[in-house]
Amino acid sequence: MKLKSFRKGVHPEEFKSYTEHKTLEKLPLPEQVFIPLNQHIGAPCQPVVEKGQAVKTGEVIGTSTGFVSSRVHASISGNVKTIDTFPHPLGVNSLMIHIVGDGNDEWVDTVTEESNWEQLSGDVIIDRVQDAGIVGMGGAAFPSHVKLTPPKGKKIDTFILNGCECEPYLTADHRMMVEQTQNVVSGTRIMMKALGVSKAVIGIECNKPDAIEAMRREIASFINIEVIPLKVKYPQGAEKMLIKAAIDRDVPAGGLPLDVGVVVNNVGTAIAVAEAVTRKKPLVERVVSITGDGIKEPKNVIARIGTPFQNLIDFCGGLSEKTAMVIMGGPMMGLTQHTLKVPVVKATSGILCLTDLSVIKSKEYPCIQCGTCIGACSMNLLPTRLARFAQVENWQMAEELGILSCVECGSCAFVCPSQIPLIQQIRIGKMRVNEIKRKAKLETV
Amino acid sequence: MEENKKSVSEEESTKPAAPKPKPVEKVKKEKPEPQMFLLSSSPHMATVDNVPKIMWTVIAALLPAVTFGVYNFGFSVLLTITVSIIAAVATETVSNKMRNKEITISDGSAVLTGLLLAMTLPPGFPKAYTALGSIFAIGIGKQIFGGLGYNIFNPALLGRAFLQASFSVKMTTWVAPNTIDAITTATPLGLYKFESVMTPYFDLFIGNIGGCIGETSALFILIGGIFLLIKKYADWRIPVSYLGTVIIIGGLFWIIDPSQYPDPVFHLFSGGLLLGAFFMATDMVTSPVTPKGAWIFGFGAGVVLVVIRLFGGLPEGVMYSILFMNGFVPLINRYTRPKYFGEIKK
Repeated sequence: MKLKSFRKGVHPEEFKSYTEHKTLEKLPLPEQVFIPLNQHIGAPCQPVVEKGQAVKTGEVIGTSTGFVSSRVHASISGNVKTIDTFPHPLGVNSLMIHIVGDGNDEWVDTVTEESNWEQLSGDVIIDRVQDAGIVGMGGAAFPSHVKLTPPKGKKIDTFILNGCECEPYLTADHRMMVEQTQNVVSGTRIMMKALGVSKAVIGIECNKPDAIEAMRREIASFINIEVIPLKVKYPQGAEKMLIKAAIDRDVPAGGLPLDVGVVVNNVGTAIAVAEAVTRKKPLVERVVSITGDGIKEPKNVIARIGTPFQNLIDFCGGLSEKTAMVIMGGPMMGLTQHTLKVPVVKATSGILCLTDLSVIKSKEYPCIQCGTCIGACSMNLLPTRLARFAQVENWQMAEELGILSCVECGSCAFVCPSQIPLIQQIRIGKMRVNEIKRKAKLETV
Repeated sequence: MEENKKSVSEEESTKPAAPKPKPVEKVKKEKPEPQMFLLSSSPHMATVDNVPKIMWTVIAALLPAVTFGVYNFGFSVLLTITVSIIAAVATETVSNKMRNKEITISDGSAVLTGLLLAMTLPPGFPKAYTALGSIFAIGIGKQIFGGLGYNIFNPALLGRAFLQASFSVKMTTWVAPNTIDAITTATPLGLYKFESVMTPYFDLFIGNIGGCIGETSALFILIGGIFLLIKKYADWRIPVSYLGTVIIIGGLFWIIDPSQYPDPVFHLFSGGLLLGAFFMATDMVTSPVTPKGAWIFGFGAGVVLVVIRLFGGLPEGVMYSILFMNGFVPLINRYTRPKYFGEIKK
């Protein structure tokens, strides 16, 4: 049977065997956590606690007045030692609430036992999602309550659950689908209710047969939910590629999935939603894959938000001597870290420890017009041209050729035989084009 | 990708500034111990392909045809090839030094150009002129444009065109195969056009016929050519459209008047068409970068070639057909841009 897929894309080596069959382990409670006030798309939070204040696990410690934002909660019980700037995995020191734990893990009493959600209205569901501070946990960290509230006039007819996990090495979503299947499906059905949608599709890459099997069994009694196994190809998990492969719709350039009647959410988000709606549990922990050839004992752990990377690394036996890079995320789109003091944030799906330096050592040659990047780009762009126009600062041509549609998946730079840093150049191009557009908008106002 | 380049620091400056915290006592932070991690921008993984690997693989793909050339015309062809390669490499080195750039000969592209040029020369062609052609190919055909990746015309073919214009008699003096004393003869195309003599298919396919050093054997060129297609170092659309066009248009004329026009199989196996289709037209730098463009490129070259062969004064036109289409490549690239995902064309 021919598997569904999207056009082009690349096939990096999967490296899933490090952790794909390792069951989830609970990371021991950290002694201290650093909760960033900015770990989502949208306005950062303001602290609502003070230095010295005692907090319980799950207590609200940061809020924002903006709608497109997400509150943050204490992930352990203890005392607020300080509110100051600390290293953030996004690369710049940011304001964080530093809590020193008391070792008791005392939860706020608003968290209840599991209750039935079927009687709740869509509005109540969305409120609980917002109260829990849930954001997209596939990496984008977009506030989920906003995604579940499409603007008036946009009719949503399909919900897509993203179980692809196309980045090499990472297996967090895989293990969640195998071990927390019930929560994944509950979360899916809850979000369907919030959106008023009657049809759902679950996209899973076929290198996870146990996950496909588990999910299929769980949804067997729901005729309006379907599991679609997808061809293993990068970047199948990218939103637009997933929508194209699963239900063959093209999200327009500059548009969002809701423009084609779809909402996409990650597996981890679904679990968080299920717990938030049935137990009023806030988002204070998440699954992280610690993997790569640079970590002594690769594992999948459940870690509290704000736990320093060092804790997870130590729990996994420590770094091997030859480790050269520590990446938050996967090897194709992840962010390299300069210190292990950075905390786990809501978007941390993996910590990748690598010893291989081959990418960095490679010599750069001029572009030989081979067109391999064009053959790899799943957004059907011309990466070599975009990078060249960005380099010569021809922003008009860059925009005309669609530079803003680049999702920065890295496929082009992955295949380039000249080892040209295409994504770096395209990033600068996107940034400048957006700057120009912003300035133009301000001038016409 | 440079070492120690801070990721996304540029993008951070455009995000809204963090709100000022409530006044708190500043805590004295200890200096973090230096943990020597490498920083770079994503992606952090790449395939193993690189430019030298491509160039040297193409050179390897040419070796079957070279070997047959030695068998067919004798060991002197190796001297021609050596002279051509040395002149090419020397020219590139001098040019690099003059431009104060790093020496680029190790990427193999100059060696490839030298080899290809030699393969398109008649056996016995004077070595001094060979060197001149090679110097022209690299100096004018490639370095003046800016080096690898910037030239518009196929450098080996440009060198050959220079030699054809400057030394046309020597460039059209052919030696019969397997002869110790060079006996001049004509190529199958020349025999057909000027003497109405037909060469058997078998000889055309195997290659024990007159012609340029590396162009005679269809069999050995195809071995290397198909290897390149499998490795994806040559876009299959170009040989398919080039050869396909020649077969169809040449075939049409042959059907109309078989007494005047040769059949498509003759077109396919004679002259430099196969060498050109698999190794010259497919040169990445000088061929279109879009799939649609590749089809147009091959088609155009095919049309030009049939016109030259059937109606032009020359018996052979592969070189000119490819150089002609090389000139159109920037235009073809611009007008064959595909619609990107979700693009709304205005």
